[in-house]
Amino acid sequence: MVGAGTGAKKTTTGGAEVVKSGSGFSTMLKLKLKLKTKQQELLLRVSILCLVYVLAFVTRLFSVLRYESMIHEFDPYFNYRTTLYLTEKGFYEFWNWFDSDSWYPLGRIIGGTLYPGLMVTAAVIYWLLRLLSFAVHIREVCVLTAPFFASNTTIVAYFFGKEIWDSGAGLVAAALIAICPGYISRSVAGSYDNEGVAIFALLFTFYLFVKAVNTGSLAWALASAFGYFYMVSAWGGYVFIINLIPLYVLVLLVTGRYSMRLYVAYNSMYVVGMLLAMQIRFVGFQHVQSGEHMAAMGVFFLMQVFYMLDWVKYLLSDTKLFQAFLRITVTTALAVGAIALGLGTASGYISPWTGRFYSLLDPTYAKDHIPIIASVSEHQPTAWSSFMFDFHILLFLFPAGLYFCFKRLSDATIFIVMYGLTSMYFAGVMVRLILVATPAVCLISAIAVSATIKNLTLVARARNNNKVTHSGSLKGSTSSSKASSKASLDQSQPIQRNGAIALLLGAFYLLSKYATHCTWVTSEAYSSPSIVLAARGAHGNRVIFDDYREAYFWLRQNTPQDAKVMSWWDYGYQITAMGNRTVIVDNNTWNNTHIATVGRAMSSYEDEAYEIMRSLDVDYVLVVFGGVTGYSSDDINKFLWMVRIGGGVFPVIKEPDYLVNGEYRVDKGAAPKMLNCLMYKLSYYRFGELTTEYGKPPGYDRARGVEIGNKDIKLEYLEEAFTTSNWIVRIYKVKPPNNRW
Amino acid sequence: MVKSTSKDAHALFHSLRSAYAATPTNLKIIDLYVVFSVFTALIQVVYMAIVGSFPFNSFLSGVLSCIGTAVLAVCLRIQVNKENKEFKDLPPERAFADFVLCNLVLHLVIMNFLG
Repeated sequence: MVGAGTGAKKTTTGGAEVVKSGSGFSTMLKLKLKLKTKQQELLLRVSILCLVYVLAFVTRLFSVLRYESMIHEFDPYFNYRTTLYLTEKGFYEFWNWFDSDSWYPLGRIIGGTLYPGLMVTAAVIYWLLRLLSFAVHIREVCVLTAPFFASNTTIVAYFFGKEIWDSGAGLVAAALIAICPGYISRSVAGSYDNEGVAIFALLFTFYLFVKAVNTGSLAWALASAFGYFYMVSAWGGYVFIINLIPLYVLVLLVTGRYSMRLYVAYNSMYVVGMLLAMQIRFVGFQHVQSGEHMAAMGVFFLMQVFYMLDWVKYLLSDTKLFQAFLRITVTTALAVGAIALGLGTASGYISPWTGRFYSLLDPTYAKDHIPIIASVSEHQPTAWSSFMFDFHILLFLFPAGLYFCFKRLSDATIFIVMYGLTSMYFAGVMVRLILVATPAVCLISAIAVSATIKNLTLVARARNNNKVTHSGSLKGSTSSSKASSKASLDQSQPIQRNGAIALLLGAFYLLSKYATHCTWVTSEAYSSPSIVLAARGAHGNRVIFDDYREAYFWLRQNTPQDAKVMSWWDYGYQITAMGNRTVIVDNNTWNNTHIATVGRAMSSYEDEAYEIMRSLDVDYVLVVFGGVTGYSSDDINKFLWMVRIGGGVFPVIKEPDYLVNGEYRVDKGAAPKMLNCLMYKLSYYRFGELTTEYGKPPGYDRARGVEIGNKDIKLEYLEEAFTTSNWIVRIYKVKPPNNRW
Repeated sequence: MVKSTSKDAHALFHSLRSAYAATPTNLKIIDLYVVFSVFTALIQVVYMAIVGSFPFNSFLSGVLSCIGTAVLAVCLRIQVNKENKEFKDLPPERAFADFVLCNLVLHLVIMNFLG
């Protein structure tokens, strides 16, 4: 505020002096002009926001233009399937849906184990469009939901920036977040995932909460409770909100910034938000039972104690009496709180922190204890380069913005600083959480950009101003001392001014670099659907591998309705959504044992695997194989995780059996168990007959760049049913048991 | 030691009481309402401790209804209190309208949750 505020004052005083010196006519003219500039500014702001709104939508459409309007990746297929169900059967059916197509033979209670926010949002948009007689397909709505919400996020970012700094920072924040790769990675068209709407909900909740703290109004607190409700309904990341807000309140309490506004905002938001959140069945009673939510409750009680103390302090005039009272209350409150927490934890009423939560606080936890969490690629710790990739210049602007925030501390800037710092830490722990950090980084960087540019332009424009004041002071003799001080300032002006202009140019250069980087990243890295693969051919032309959909449609057309397909869990959602067949495990990794059973089957010898598959009623086995195309995220590369997860439950499976001197290999030097396990056999069946690359021996695996070790694979209990044109998906049929005679 | 503490407590109580007597009547009414709802919440908690918490959602909605009304009433009390400089700009009518709105939402949700 300091720099900007004085700057603004400088200009207005200059203007006033001119007005004073001029005649009545010029005063009127100036007033008119002033009004006009205000209107111009409004017009400019609205049009910038509109452009940013459109830009945020448009930049996410690369994938639709390149491929087609389709759902991407893995989880979105489940969301798509459930949305389809919701629009076809209605809300009650959806809420009570027991899905027997997944997790065979267990099944899954869909209505009680998912966050319905995304599906309901898409369905409401769909019904609304239908009501307006736009005959859209539900798939188009699903594909475009994430870009639409990204556009809305820019508007929220504008208002948030306006709330914590000024409207300039808000505009910059909107522009930055519209194209920030960290956010685009989860919100391109077709990436129909919870995060698409959840980031909007997250930022919206935070904005409303900060607004509530600033105004102390119950209505804003209620609005933020509703924002929280939407967030809870959309994504499990709501735990971040329910921990960050109490932490923020705690920091304000500790730093002595407690205010009545804070009391009103936090308590009403907590009570109403908690009650609303309990309406989501998947969350249920967690707000009063799980350890992750206890911080919020503790801070809630602490606020009551604080309020009580404040009130008594106000009533009592005697400080000594108050000290005594303070001592008694604080001891009692601490004792009661500790006893309650201890009793709750000891009796098992409050569930301890979950593994996911631990793995957030301690990055090494998952690696040692929960292989299923560690195996997911988006749960890996973030590499330095991916920070650079996703944030680009924001990474450098972020600390600068923090500096500006600290320079002008208020309740709102403390909030954004805390949001920025905590989410940055979490982003460092897990790759996918870069997404949560992105809005904070954009906002804080926007403050840096806005404040710097504002100061620089003031310096750059100062000469004109000074000229005006100079002439003004020459005409009117009222402020001669001021003029002389200004004149002395004027001496150093040219250098300052040139420096300011150079810095401004530099800033614009950096920002334009940011824009080009973002566009490049979006088009190159984040717009591939990963269900359809694209590669460059030998002549630089695009080659499309549509093998996944080929395989799933084969399943849909050629297998019995009730066939059960076993595959690694990654492909479960896709098989149920596109192939319409029952799967053993899918991407909702709720039952570790079941997944471990599949992992065990994949890593056993064929006869042992056959027993397991018979016990699971498996009819078909699906493996993904990239040896022909050089597609590296196939099942052979994921195989060690199957071994680890299988071995975590069934100690028969030992990881060293599959390694040679701690090295994972598939060529002649591979471990014998590796060469004969089911996954190896299914992946490389008849691969030895195929020449994949000119000048290489047959059976040359292009994904790993080696010649395979077992070229003569015989299958006894399974038979090849279908292999797609590029061999990416291979489907095998499990033979029925032999006749006994 | 004990004697001095009890004496302290006595003096404390006395001065608190005399200070509270000066509070405006409308705030006193709100205070009564807050005390009443906190008391109701306590009764429910005691009842739960004795009988058991089986329809847990019913228990929760009962207790949260009381705590919610208490908290909202305290917020209203803060906002209409003339002594609070932070809320000078907020007219009491607006504060009351907000209070009614919040209560409406709270109890609609509770009705849904009571089940």
